[in-house]
Amino acid sequence: MRTITYREALREAMREEMLRDERVIVIGEDIDGYGGTYAVTKGLAEEFGRERVRDTPLAEEVIVGTAVGAAMAGMRPVAELMTMNFALLASDQIVNTAAKVRYMFGGQTHVPLVIRMPAGGGAQRGAQHSQTLESWFAHVPGLKVVMPATPYDAKGMLKAAIRDADPVLLIEHELLYGIKGEVPDEGVEYTVPLDRGEIKREGRDVSLITFSRGVHLSLQAAEELAKEGIEAEVVDMRSIRPVDLDLALDSVKKTNRAVVVEEGWKYFGTGQGFAALIYEYGFDDLDAPIGHVTGVDVPAPYAKNLEKAAFPVRNDIIDAVKRIVPQRAVR
Amino acid sequence: MAISNSDVMLAGLTREQLLGLHATMLLIRRFEEKAGEEYTLGKIGGFLHLYVGQEAVATGAITPLRPDDYVISSYREHGHAIVKGADPNAVMAELFGRATGVSKGKGGSMHIFDDKHHFHGGYAIVGAQMPIACGYGLAQRFAGQGNITMTFFGDGAVDEGAFHEAMNLAELWSLPVVFICENNLYSMGNALAKAWSVSSLEPRAAAYGMAYERVDGMDVLAVRETAQRAIDRARRESKPTLIEAMTYRFRGHSMADPAAYRPKDEVERWRSTRDPIMLFEQQLRDLGIDQATLSAADDRATQAAEAAAAFADNSPFPDLSALTEDVMIDPTGAIAWRRPRK
Ligand SMILES: Cc1ncc(C[n+]2csc(CCOP(=O)(O)OP(=O)(O)O)c2C)c(N)n1
Ligand SMILES: [Mg+2]
Repeated sequence: MRTITYREALREAMREEMLRDERVIVIGEDIDGYGGTYAVTKGLAEEFGRERVRDTPLAEEVIVGTAVGAAMAGMRPVAELMTMNFALLASDQIVNTAAKVRYMFGGQTHVPLVIRMPAGGGAQRGAQHSQTLESWFAHVPGLKVVMPATPYDAKGMLKAAIRDADPVLLIEHELLYGIKGEVPDEGVEYTVPLDRGEIKREGRDVSLITFSRGVHLSLQAAEELAKEGIEAEVVDMRSIRPVDLDLALDSVKKTNRAVVVEEGWKYFGTGQGFAALIYEYGFDDLDAPIGHVTGVDVPAPYAKNLEKAAFPVRNDIIDAVKRIVPQRAVR
Repeated sequence: MAISNSDVMLAGLTREQLLGLHATMLLIRRFEEKAGEEYTLGKIGGFLHLYVGQEAVATGAITPLRPDDYVISSYREHGHAIVKGADPNAVMAELFGRATGVSKGKGGSMHIFDDKHHFHGGYAIVGAQMPIACGYGLAQRFAGQGNITMTFFGDGAVDEGAFHEAMNLAELWSLPVVFICENNLYSMGNALAKAWSVSSLEPRAAAYGMAYERVDGMDVLAVRETAQRAIDRARRESKPTLIEAMTYRFRGHSMADPAAYRPKDEVERWRSTRDPIMLFEQQLRDLGIDQATLSAADDRATQAAEAAAAFADNSPFPDLSALTEDVMIDPTGAIAWRRPRK
């Protein structure tokens, strides 16, 4: 297998789906001339033309509203929001329209729509450009919310999302666009299901329940912990809604301990949702309270040192694991 | 001189067509009055926004559409749905929350949707239907079937950002969408002068370079002619139009609203001198159509409204299994943490 970046993987997914299905169109701010804020859409307008790849005005509500309407009327739109922070301006169309129309209209319509957007902090972008708000949307019945961590998953999940008949929010991470990973050759068909997580590293002592960039931090932490004889299992939840709860429960059944790892805020966040479900359905398997590594409960600061302190790092995970895993020299 | 049903009498319309417009307006009027009654009896819950007084707008604007054109509206949409072809029985059943309702009883008064007749929804977030209509217009550009989208909204909705974003995009992308603002002078209790920094939508349309027409929304033939021009522009040139139809709602904002904010004589003046059905009947009588014909049409409308209420009342409530159906196409979508997994 060849190695490509997360960014390239996303671009390939859109390209392949546009080739496969002429109903697929891509709309968003600065996706054409600029090539996408994170260069994900670079080259698509040249290849597919400016009818199918459309720069929009700076108007998030109408970007998403138009994409929803076009989806209801038979297209397969992919809307790019410049960052998740701006999804708030489109949140009415996401929450009140995309998520609701099928139900409130008695099943007479559906919304085969993908909304892509980067989230996350850690690049000194300040309070209004560093948020991870997936839990706001994962709260809402009628939406699917996925957060791939690797190039393989990014491509496979975006392709699956474009083919999916329901509205999918595919949330990328600003710091992941440049990471590389193995992906099958272009044209080799594969998709990744939107309702399944994946064990990214096996372990017997503790389950690190995580997603998006948290997967990479957790893998690094697991590497370190292994040196001390603690085998952490990294559970990539990647589908936030619907959640692959069985995957987390099966892992906890084996390890009897869990630490939830995410970079968003703790209170009412995704990790709290996961932890509550694990308590509810897997209480008997737990030998210790679930640990929780999150961003600090403040708006994202700009100063480098403050920002570093605001988002979780590898050692936070290691510390959290050690708090609940009994120290043994050898197992 | 005997007039045949197919002779053109007025505004390019035959006697039959004119009587059709009359019957449609009456059907909406009697349907809405009946719904109001049933609401008072407790048969209809939640919000109920009646269209009484505004019938000429939906009737004039929607009748020139093709069956494959889409209509998208607000929560005050029973009339639009009925003109587009929705069965009044199924609309009433929806208000009653019954399984036979157009939206299977899961939408209610504000969320009528009839795919068969391309009535694509009542939306209850003020202004939200305009971006959605742009999406339909965009899809229609791709499909190239020549069908268009018409969307209705109120004078309050044009103060939402969604209106401005949609106007700009529709003009910029040349979308075949007809935007119809039903200016009934109030958004809930807020009078126009307290909400608009301008006194008509003309400058707002001009701001986006969009074609604009203002029309007397109490004159069904004037609405029809204005709408026809906008429909032609959308169909032939793929260009949007903003129509401002001046109208008035004769009832409160919803059934819960006694409308104390409106001077009594203002309401009385509109009802007694500007009633769109009354005005149209005068025109028809001037053409020599006798009162008996008009009264018979009214009787038929009343009977249809009664029949719709009876149908609704005799219909079953949705089965409880409907609770978790149709959240998404993917049935696992109903419960995010469904166990065991499918
Ligand atoms: C975004 C939003 N804000 C407020 C409301 C509450 N609301 C419902 S209808 C309405 C008035 C709208 O007036 P207008 O657009 O003139 O339509 P009309 O009711 O007169 O037909 C308001 C404020 C809402 N449903 N959605
Ligand atoms: Mg109004």
